[in-house]
Amino acid sequence: MGLAKRIIPCLDVDQGRVVKGVQFVDIRDAGDPVEVAKKYDEQGADEVTFLDITASHEERDTTIHTVEKMASEVFIPLTVGGGIRKVQDIRDMLNAGADKVSINTAAVFNPDFVGEAAARFGSQCIVVAIDAKCVSAPEDAIARWEIFTHGGRKPTGIDAVEWAVKMMQLGAGEILLTSMDRDGMKNGFDLGVTKAISDAVSIPVIASGGVGNLQHLADGVTQGGADAVLAASIFHFGEYTIPEAKRFMQAQGIEMRL
Amino acid sequence: MNTIAIIDYGMGNLHSVSKAIEHVASGTRVLVTSDAAQIRSADRVVLPGVGAIRDCMAEIRRLGFDSLVQELVLEKPVLGICVGMQAMMQHSQENDGVDCMGLFDGEVEYFGDDLHEGNERLKVPHMGWNQVQQARPHPMWQGIENGSRFYFVHSYYVSGDVPAAIGSTQYGYAIAAAVAKKNIFAVQFHPEKSQHAGLQLLKNFSQWDGTE
Repeated sequence: MGLAKRIIPCLDVDQGRVVKGVQFVDIRDAGDPVEVAKKYDEQGADEVTFLDITASHEERDTTIHTVEKMASEVFIPLTVGGGIRKVQDIRDMLNAGADKVSINTAAVFNPDFVGEAAARFGSQCIVVAIDAKCVSAPEDAIARWEIFTHGGRKPTGIDAVEWAVKMMQLGAGEILLTSMDRDGMKNGFDLGVTKAISDAVSIPVIASGGVGNLQHLADGVTQGGADAVLAASIFHFGEYTIPEAKRFMQAQGIEMRL
Repeated sequence: MNTIAIIDYGMGNLHSVSKAIEHVASGTRVLVTSDAAQIRSADRVVLPGVGAIRDCMAEIRRLGFDSLVQELVLEKPVLGICVGMQAMMQHSQENDGVDCMGLFDGEVEYFGDDLHEGNERLKVPHMGWNQVQQARPHPMWQGIENGSRFYFVHSYYVSGDVPAAIGSTQYGYAIAAAVAKKNIFAVQFHPEKSQHAGLQLLKNFSQWDGTE
């Protein structure tokens, strides 16, 4: 009895449509974002994350409008990410009905933005997204991960675990950790980096990137120490439903909201 | 027409609360407003709140809502949500200590950076779906099963030992998930984000006459 681990379906939205690619290419259409979010709400998802993957300036109004519509029809927490660079971007998304915003690239270029955002809006709504790639060789005694920006294309030389701790100290309320090595590969989370970051911070960690089956979700919690697990394609294309995933995880002794 | 006013004191998004009430209470007019006359003339009032208590209390006082709320709770049902509930306590430890409205005897305390439950380390904020045990029946609990899960997100809490606690949740400590007194029902969780159980609570509020 206590706090349940969360399942968070993720909607990657490009020009008003839910899409899902493999390592950010080969994009497949998965529907209208509001309809998709409603479906997950009805299925019992614990939150929904909306990532605006185009995030070009012209698309902003479309995104705000979609978030508004989603927030009017979906009564579970909604996180919005993609192109959040200024205090005004956060204000726009929260006013549109988002409960949290996810800051990624902007945090890397200007870490103080995270502090400013947390002071202004409260840590509870500031999620810092970390895209990590393994940079150590398999034979190395100690594994190392670094953060990458621009959809995993640009290395930064920053250690992912140290970065997570720094983001927490600046006021982040949650970490959304995506393994760029695993994203879209369907071979499971990178449990090493998930565990390393989850142990290093005292704020909740969402594991993301690589889910191909229900065991992967359970492993993210039991082995990776994640507080929430995020997945996209296994739910979008009907391979599994949210209730199936929850029952599966609960059967492995994980506390879930059923 | 049944009118519910959501007090807007500039802290955070009130859209979700108003949309959720509209969704469950057809025939109810929901106003998001900072106009004292509109708030006074509503049948029911919601005091929401997100963010840091110092800023919330500063805005509540600046806009004169402290005395307005004191007046409202004598007359009509008032629902406090999250920091809105914390603002109803005597005092909060957040931001080096902030005096609150004092509608309830209770202190708002920090979970701490080293929170445990048995051998398990607990993360702070307390974020996610946790079970609420109802201390006694209340019209606001109608249609909500005891032990239902609601969505919480907070780093500060009110002890479950406060006399007014009508719902409690375990997270390192027994915390007050809901407090009630006369016309006031206040919750630490977010009913507008708590799907079926939360929507039922908001529906109950839209019909509640302020008695137990």
